[in-house]
Amino acid sequence: MNLTLQIWRQENAKAEGKIVEYPIQDISPDMSFLEMLDVLNRQLITMGDTPVAFDHDCREGICGSCSLYINGEAHGPDRLVTTCQLHMRKFKDGDTIFIEPFRANAFPVIKDLIVDRSAFDRVQHAGGFISVNTSGNTQDGNSIPISKHDADEAMDAATCIGCGACVATCKNSSAMLFVGAKVSQYALLPQGQIEATDRVQNMVAQMDLEGFGNCTNTGACEVECPKGISLENIARMNRELIKASLKS
Amino acid sequence: MSGLLKSSIGKKIAMALSAFFLMFFLLQHFAINILSIINPDTFNEVSHFMGTNPLVQFVLQPVLIFGVVFHFVMGFVLEYKNYRSRSVSYAKNNGNANSSWMSRNMIYSGFAILAFVALHFIDFWFPELNTKYIVGDMSGLHNGEFRYYHELVEKFHNPIRVGAYVIAFIFLALHLLHGFNSAFQSVGANNKYTKSLKSFGTAYATLIPLGFIVIALFHYFNHTH
Repeated sequence: MNLTLQIWRQENAKAEGKIVEYPIQDISPDMSFLEMLDVLNRQLITMGDTPVAFDHDCREGICGSCSLYINGEAHGPDRLVTTCQLHMRKFKDGDTIFIEPFRANAFPVIKDLIVDRSAFDRVQHAGGFISVNTSGNTQDGNSIPISKHDADEAMDAATCIGCGACVATCKNSSAMLFVGAKVSQYALLPQGQIEATDRVQNMVAQMDLEGFGNCTNTGACEVECPKGISLENIARMNRELIKASLKS
Repeated sequence: MSGLLKSSIGKKIAMALSAFFLMFFLLQHFAINILSIINPDTFNEVSHFMGTNPLVQFVLQPVLIFGVVFHFVMGFVLEYKNYRSRSVSYAKNNGNANSSWMSRNMIYSGFAILAFVALHFIDFWFPELNTKYIVGDMSGLHNGEFRYYHELVEKFHNPIRVGAYVIAFIFLALHLLHGFNSAFQSVGANNKYTKSLKSFGTAYATLIPLGFIVIALFHYFNHTH
């Protein structure tokens, strides 16, 4: 496959960025998208140019490190996959592919395609945890009965890998799908009840502080989420916040 | 509670609650207007009741005005904040791949509806206020008969006005196609009934504006023929 890549290049957080065109030849349709970028970077290094900086780690679709806004969609045109699991066979020979960083003021660009997603960490620190008795008398989690329905929904919410595709794809740069998933995974389980009131209030307050936009229920986040996190989690977070506000 | 009111989610819930109120009002407005086709005498009587009942005039009407103003102002404030949350736009963005046009353009359909509300006030509400509270004629009569049906029909003689109303109701349908179910999601109602509610929402968003269009066209063609 021969392709034309239009890639966002930005020297550092303060520099002005711009789209730069790179033609690339002989790409195998069986390559992953990141392998294609590896090929490009080898070419750039050979020519003495600076390679394109992009985030990646496990390349197995579970760490949430890779990002990229590809041809106008977070993680590209495929569904329920991260960029590392996107393959070049999803594109056609001769295609022009736009590759941009995840855009949101809460995710500032560090360099080229790498953005700072530590805002998610700070939201998580604000309440995404549970208190556990570690004195040695800890009750075995498996001995606490939890309905299959709740366990399944909590597990579904917990599959969020915090990649930020929801923020990148939302026209408002809203983080509510991420925060909704993190609130839900604890709200559904007995272990999460101790901090339930504070958790949702603190996480939502931190989310607002980080400068994410407000959700207008377009549903784009749910479609683009590589883990299929449902909008039900946002509705649950809203209910949890109403409940917590009435209690406190 | 103050935390909820200040939070982004609190504002979203407030938008939804005002939307519920406005959607209920729209249904009631439609129920009265359709009477102008079914039975003009009943339409006149109900219009006179709504126009002179103190509870409707001095409690429900101010609440309605507040609801309209609140929904518009809060919608604009949230849109502006959301716009500000992404300073650098994408060079290529494929919004159609993951969301409906209606959901992404609520502010534009909202502006179209607001322009219509202004026209509607000039057409009906301001003259009504003038007759009742400035001229002081609370009788609802003109030449010994109720004036409401006559005033309604007269307004729809003008094809430009009828066209403007039809376009406005199309924008209202687009706004409701996203807004109806969005309001339920905002207040946390997403459960086993959501699928049925979506069908009901689509029916409401289509049939109510269509009904208003039918009323406007009915009176226009009834007059010209």
